Amino acid sequence: MNIVVLVKQVPDTYSERKLSSGDHTLDRDATDAVLDEIDERAVESALQLKEANDGSEVTVVAMGPDRATDAIRKALSMGADKAVHLSDEAIHGTDAIGTAKALVKVLGTLEGTDLVLAGNEASDGRTGAVPAMVAELLGLPSLTHARELTVDGGTVTVRRETDDGVTVLTAELPAVVSVNEKINEPRYPSFKGIMAAKKKPVTTLTLADAGIEPSDVGLSAAWSTVTESNPKPPKSGGEKVEDEGDGGSKIAAFLVGQKLI
Amino acid sequence: MHERNLILSRRDLEFLLHDWLRVEELTALPRFAEHSRETFDAVLELAADLATERFAPHNKRNDAEEPRFEEGRVVLHDEVAPALRAAAEAGLLSATMDESAGGLQLPHVVGTAVQAWFHAANVGTWAYAMLTVANANLLLAHAAPELVERYVPDMLAGRVHGTMCLSEPQAGSSLADITTRAEPRSDGTHVLTGTKMWISGGDHELGENIVHLVLAKVPGGPPGVKGISLFLVPKVLPDGTRNPVVLTGINHKMGWRGTVNTVLSFEGATGWLVGAEGRGLAAMFHMMNEARVGVGAGAAALAYTGYLKSLDYAKSRPQGRPAGAKNPSTPMVPIIEHADVRRMLLAQKAYAEGALALVLYCGMLVDTGERELLEVLTPIAKSWPSQWGLEANALAIQVHGGYGYTREYDVEQHYRDNRLNPIHEGTHGIQGADLLGRKVRTPGFEQLCARIADTAARAGSKELQQALDRLVEVTEILHAHPDAEERLANASVYLEAAGHIVVAWLWVDQALATGDRQDALARGKRAAAQYFLRFELPKVGPQLELLATLDRTTLDTEPTWL
Ligand SMILES: Cc1cc2nc3c(=O)[nH]c(=O)nc-3n(C[C@H](O)[C@H](O)[C@H](O)COP(=O)(O)OP(=O)(O)OC[C@H]3O[C@@H](n4cnc5c(N)ncnc54)[C@H](O)[C@@H]3O)c2cc1C
Repeated sequence: MNIVVLVKQVPDTYSERKLSSGDHTLDRDATDAVLDEIDERAVESALQLKEANDGSEVTVVAMGPDRATDAIRKALSMGADKAVHLSDEAIHGTDAIGTAKALVKVLGTLEGTDLVLAGNEASDGRTGAVPAMVAELLGLPSLTHARELTVDGGTVTVRRETDDGVTVLTAELPAVVSVNEKINEPRYPSFKGIMAAKKKPVTTLTLADAGIEPSDVGLSAAWSTVTESNPKPPKSGGEKVEDEGDGGSKIAAFLVGQKLI
Repeated sequence: MHERNLILSRRDLEFLLHDWLRVEELTALPRFAEHSRETFDAVLELAADLATERFAPHNKRNDAEEPRFEEGRVVLHDEVAPALRAAAEAGLLSATMDESAGGLQLPHVVGTAVQAWFHAANVGTWAYAMLTVANANLLLAHAAPELVERYVPDMLAGRVHGTMCLSEPQAGSSLADITTRAEPRSDGTHVLTGTKMWISGGDHELGENIVHLVLAKVPGGPPGVKGISLFLVPKVLPDGTRNPVVLTGINHKMGWRGTVNTVLSFEGATGWLVGAEGRGLAAMFHMMNEARVGVGAGAAALAYTGYLKSLDYAKSRPQGRPAGAKNPSTPMVPIIEHADVRRMLLAQKAYAEGALALVLYCGMLVDTGERELLEVLTPIAKSWPSQWGLEANALAIQVHGGYGYTREYDVEQHYRDNRLNPIHEGTHGIQGADLLGRKVRTPGFEQLCARIADTAARAGSKELQQALDRLVEVTEILHAHPDAEERLANASVYLEAAGHIVVAWLWVDQALATGDRQDALARGKRAAAQYFLRFELPKVGPQLELLATLDRTTLDTEPTWL
């Protein structure tokens, strides 16, 4: 089975995230960048499937600046076999639709893909739309929010879990599956894996290499525009309620005053 | 997902390893040719993640739930084994070892940084891995191939653990006086009888077996250290039966409570000789440099995490107003605004980062093969972090005020854990005697002085050069003195003075490595270097004067007067 995992490098969640003053895109230089944890889980799912199906291969696909190679290396050191990195100045500021279009082109450079895996929602942009858009553009079944994933012959089955409930979905391969944070605990890479990752092939593509129209990507192609942004105001001191036996009613009065209840 | 990390500072490690020590240059050496900055960074990230997610979370539990002695068995709580397994599975136990031994030839300097993450996160659990690695290294260097084959791969995979059995109830610093006996048997094995005291990890059920490395005397051998041999004594014999190594008690300690500390009785236990007869202590000492630098690294790491935690606290604890503020209705300021609190933070930074720099530098010397310089620095790398890292932890408590004295916060545990470091692997006093009695007479001492002078010249640091000059003069005075007792009476003072000069050198050198950078890290390094030169280095003057006069106060004080 040929499995492709879409992975993204994101700012580490503990770093303070800022928008750059010029074009209101994420200021990536100001933060530590890591492989998104949800994507680590997608990689873990792929590796588990590979371990259960002899002869499988796991390819990671990432779109992002040069330093996204660190996130790619992490996935390779966990055990993925090879990677494709779409890296081009012109993709800066691409929105979800542009990202999906570009990823589809990159997927087109790979042959015989049976299953595309992705994280449900990146921890930075949080649109949660790219996996479904990729499936739509490829004309493949889209199985999102997977909490469990099994492949049996040519069929993929997922337990889809959202706030609305649990659904079991089944589709014929090839298909696109996005996983949620409950699907598994991603493994740590091993030191051997780190050394092996150095030797694994990483293909770097430009827009032209992947046959992507420059007009489909970048800030200018985005369907939405950020015109202004302000940092969130510092936390104010809050209001202390002294409990003299009537704490409950004081809190209720406060909430009513704030029109919260 | 990473939380803001209060175990160690990734950014400082990056500075120390890359900007200051330029560890990437090691990859030009054939041994490290497979490595690159990428592999160094990735393995450090792996260590940081494992330490943060698997070790740190049960550090306090280790302290609160000491190992129990139940029906002759040691019972540990249930988070220790999985953490150790995760570190072994990640391949971190064998990281610096030869490829032929299953290692990946990570430079020692990077390996020291890897270890520092675990030391700082949870020394009680990590100690089991450290002991096992030290034991395996010793076997690789000295044991017969069949013994290596039988035990080392399982040890590095985390299935078998190791101990070091040197000390006895009546013989700690003075190992020449051990009494455990090893009688030869006709089949080439030995029968061991005796009691070993203080044995860390001496019994537990973390794995399938425990390999004890035991110092013992073969009857009829010469007295003193030349009569000491080294034996491998497994808890479980190759035929699956239990070797009579009996757990007779566990010691209840001030700190390091996660690591069970045992009294073991060898009651006719079967052992295999490791190395040549009579060369037991020499074999142990072969590994001693690494082990002693390892103690220093542990002390530095505990100092470091205490520093980060007290820094975090100082930024968030509002208390008092600036010295000049007159109006009591103005809001209180975070305590970091007070100069005296910043003094305590700067001191911790100077001790913790200085100590870490020292042990990393020593790791680098292992990699570059500069053994003579390493020899001379070893007692300092063991003792200086142990002494000043502990002081850093005391200051971390102080910054927390009363809260620091409670078990709600981590820092009092760090202090108790760190208190072991001046005691084991050769006490502070023993290190002083080693430095002044032996090491400063070796070529490494001149090499050290040349390095310090070079940095002082490049930085134009008169203070450092003057302190060095006086150290050299005083060393010569002491050398020339014929009476050994007088010469060595104040060896600990010598150790402390030399240690401060060495760390001042490393601070000046770090400051030089910041060049004209103006970022917070670089300015912080320069501030700490200045702190060290102004607040710490001057302490050395009176110490060296005392040494120069061969002061007899301690010698002349009769035991009955005390
Ligand atoms: C928690 C813990 C874990 C340990 N783990 C191990 C282990 O795994 N394996 C092991 O073999 N040992 C272990 N030890 C033992 C440790 O190495 C010894 O405690 C140490 O070597 C000191 O020996 P001692 O306790 O007998 O003290 P002593 O040797 O009795 O020393 C007492 C004091 O006298 C001073 N002194 C002694 N001799 C001299 C001298 N010649 N000149 C000047 N001063 C001197 C010492 O500096 C010290 O201050 C451990 C100890 C502890 C506390």
